Formats: sequence, C-alpha cells, structure tokens
Amino acid sequence: MSSATDVAVRVEGVSHSFGEPGDAQHVRALLDTSLKVKRGELLCLIGPSGCGKSTLLNVIGGLLIPTTGTVEVGHTPVRGPLPRHIAFVFQENALFPWCTVMENVKLGMVFQGVPRAEQEPRARKALEAVGLAEFMGHYPAQLSGGMRQRAALARALSLETGILLMDEPFGALDEQTRMILGEDLSVLLSRTEKTIVFVTHSLGEAVFLADRVAVFSARPGTIKEIIDIDEPHPRNPDFVTTEKFAKLRNRLYGLLHEEIRKAVSQSAVVGPQS
Amino acid sequence: MSARSEQRGRWASRAVQLGFVVGLLALWYLGTTYWGISHLLLPNPVKVWHELRDVLASGDYLPDLRITLTELATAFAISCTAGVTLGYVISRSQYLIRVFEPLLAGIYSVPIILFLPLYVLFFGLGPASKIALGTTISFFPIVLNTIAGFGYVDKIFIVAARSMGASDVQMFRHVLLPAAFPVILTGLRIGFTVALLSILGSETIASLAGLGHRIVHLAEAMETERMFAYIAFVVAIAVVLNSLTSGLERRAKRQ
Repeated sequence: MSSATDVAVRVEGVSHSFGEPGDAQHVRALLDTSLKVKRGELLCLIGPSGCGKSTLLNVIGGLLIPTTGTVEVGHTPVRGPLPRHIAFVFQENALFPWCTVMENVKLGMVFQGVPRAEQEPRARKALEAVGLAEFMGHYPAQLSGGMRQRAALARALSLETGILLMDEPFGALDEQTRMILGEDLSVLLSRTEKTIVFVTHSLGEAVFLADRVAVFSARPGTIKEIIDIDEPHPRNPDFVTTEKFAKLRNRLYGLLHEEIRKAVSQSAVVGPQS
Repeated sequence: MSARSEQRGRWASRAVQLGFVVGLLALWYLGTTYWGISHLLLPNPVKVWHELRDVLASGDYLPDLRITLTELATAFAISCTAGVTLGYVISRSQYLIRVFEPLLAGIYSVPIILFLPLYVLFFGLGPASKIALGTTISFFPIVLNTIAGFGYVDKIFIVAARSMGASDVQMFRHVLLPAAFPVILTGLRIGFTVALLSILGSETIASLAGLGHRIVHLAEAMETERMFAYIAFVVAIAVVLNSLTSGLERRAKRQ
C-alpha cells in the first residue's frame, strides 16, 4: 500500500452551511471534517441521508467552496473545478441527451481541452473498457439505466484524471444491475492507479468496493470512524459470501444504525439533501 | 407488428381527415347547386375554382402577396431578434426571471389586436402599422419560450459541464443552446403563426394593400366568387407556411 506521505487529497477542517445563519433555511451540512485520501485507494463515504457526504465530495471537486476549511489536491489548493485532476460521475443522469454516447464522451474531452486527434481513440478506449463499444452511436434515452451509468463512467475515464469522484453512481439502479456494475468497476479499477472517492448508501457496495470506508455521523455531518477493508482488488464476486465480508458489513451496520436513527428524527427539519 | 399496426392507424386517421374535407366540399357543392343558397352569400365551388385559376393565371395576386409576405418577414425578423436576445438576457438571472416572466406572460394574455387603432394612428394605414402589430404579437411567445428554454436547463448538465472544465462559450454552445433549442423553436413556430394571423387580420381591418385588404375590397364590391378564390389562396399559403415551419421544427427536434 501507499506510504503515509502519499496523499492525493487533503481535507482540513472543512465546515459548510447552506443559507445564512438565522435563516429558516440555514442548514449546517458539514462540521469540521478532516480527511486524507491516499493515492490510488478507493475510499467510500457512507452515512445517513443529509449527513453531508455529497457536500464533502462537491467540496473536494471544487464545485462548492466550503464556508471554512481547505482542500488540497496534490499541493494545489482547490478553489474551483480542476478538470485535469478530478473527474466526476454523478448519480443522476448527467449525460447530455442531445448527444450520442460517443459525442458525450468526446464533449468531456472538448471541455477539458484534449487535442482533437486524441479524442476519438481515447473515447473508443474508454467505451471498450466499460463494455459499451457497440452502443456509441446510441442516444442516452435508448440505453438502460445501467448502460447510461457505464457511459457516464466512460466519459469520466476518458478524461484520464488521477482522481475520480463518484456520487452514488449506482444509486438509481436496481439491485442486480448494481451488483454487476460494482463487480465490473472493481475489475476496471484494479487496472488503473486512480484515486477514487465513492459516495454510497449501500453497506454491501461499500465493503465490496472500498479500501477504506469513512462512516459519517448524522447532520451536521463529520467523519465518525474509518474502517479498513483489507482485501486485494479485483475482488472475487464470492467475497460477498465470506465471513470476513459479513463481519465488516455488520460492523459498518453497527456504526451506522445509531446515526440513521438520529438522522430520521431530524428529518422533520427541512434542508437540502447532502 | 406494432410498427405495422401503428402505420395502419396513421393511414386510418389520414383517411378520416381527408373524408371530412371532402364531405365539407360536397356539402358546399350540394348546398349551392341544389338547395338554393344565395350565390351572393355562398358562391358555387366550381365557379370559385374557375376564379381561382384566373387569379393564379393572371398574376393578379402578386402585388398583394408581396406586401403581405414582406410585412410578415419584417415583423418576424424583428420579433425573433428582439425576443431571443431579450429572453436570453432575462434567463441569465433568477431575479430577472422572477420579475419579467409573469409580467410578459400577463401582457401576452391581453388581446393586443386592440392596439391596432393606436398603431394606425402612429404608423399610418400602410405596412408599418401591420409590421408593428405582427411584431408585438409574435414577440411574446418567442421571448417567453426563450426564457423557458434557457432559464430552466437541468442543473445537473451545467454542473457536469463545469466539472469537466467547460468555458462560458463552450457552456453556451454545447449545453445551454442544445438544451434550450427545442423550446425556443416551439416559441418561434407559435410566433410565426400568430404574426401571420395578426397581419392578415389587421389588413382586413384598416389598410391600403395586402391580401387581407384585397379580400375585404372584393367583399365590399360584392364579388363573392373572387373573394372566395382569394380566401382559398390565402388558406393554401398559410397551410404551406405553417407546415413548413412545423416541418422545420420537427426536423430540428429529432435526434
């Protein structure tokens, strides 16, 4: 594994609130959170809804400037999107419906500033990697939810960034599609050196994919505990049937359960979802 | 199989539509030939057909057609430019949308044709007052649809493009414009239709020339047959223009 100095993302004392203090809409989403993401690891953020895990992801990606605290990628402070270093995969369908799959992937590279001649081969490579090579002429509306998320993943991969931020990328999919995509992702990522931060609701997904899992407390969220998942990638689908998997999952469940209870009792409070 | 039955369904509804038109024509013919309807009120369709052929062959319609189409083109060009530009500017700020969208929608619901006497007073009986009215009436659907198109682009597209490093120009060209385009196009089609309607209408009310003027003139001279020939001619032109714009809209929206 990587040495302690090999940090890809450093989050220091980040707090974030939505709205003005004293406002009815004022929500403290994230409270004094610090975190080091190691180079090449897959870190899962898990926690009750509204705990600020997506807020943290957006702060890391420069889409949200935190109220206080700093984020560094390498040694660069994050003050806005860093398209050369960080790529996103969103939960919702963030593919452009007016572009084919191929055009979607290429458009990401147009935005990032990849030379024209490189776009086509890189897009092809990324689409082959996610198993969508035959569908590059299709529009997103012609694909299933799972295929759309594969296309979104291909778009992010083609940007060849060191860091990948995934915000519940399989959240809208059914359990079986989710499982297959998770397995494929594990294989795919074991071949790359990417650093990945992955937000999820699913305990099983977290244990199956992650090198480490950060458990969030209820709002205002902060990291309660980080658990190591010591299992080499790519992970065998049978991993989920092992006792080790069950133990880790149960431990996460224990940590989360209390926080979910708290979050549910807060849920009468209106505010933006994390 | 389903594509086939869909095809059959489409043919069936086409047949009913055609049957309806043919039925109306037949009623018209029967009414005027056998049932003694006054020829001054409703001329015989066969005679109207002869008149129409004469109008077309003589080129009698050309000066009026030119005037009406020039008015339409001018009015539509002005309202497109103004409506799309203003709509885009308003759509850039939530505050401006909150202020202007209800205001414009409110004015749109006023029957603007009532301003025609005022416009005639301002711009005279010539084409200028028709252009002013056509512009005013078609401006509203265009500006409102442009606001709706640019102002309500799904935020996830904008966030995604921003995360990938899109510049302002790229954001406009690759995200805002394609997302807004179908909605704006609908506004343009509606704008075109109402511009045509209001220009023809205002020509029949107060004017010196144009197809609407010609129709009223013929009515006043009791030349009902020729008047009906002109009405048929204008209807045909309106159908051609409107199906042209709808066709363009459909084609641009298909992807």
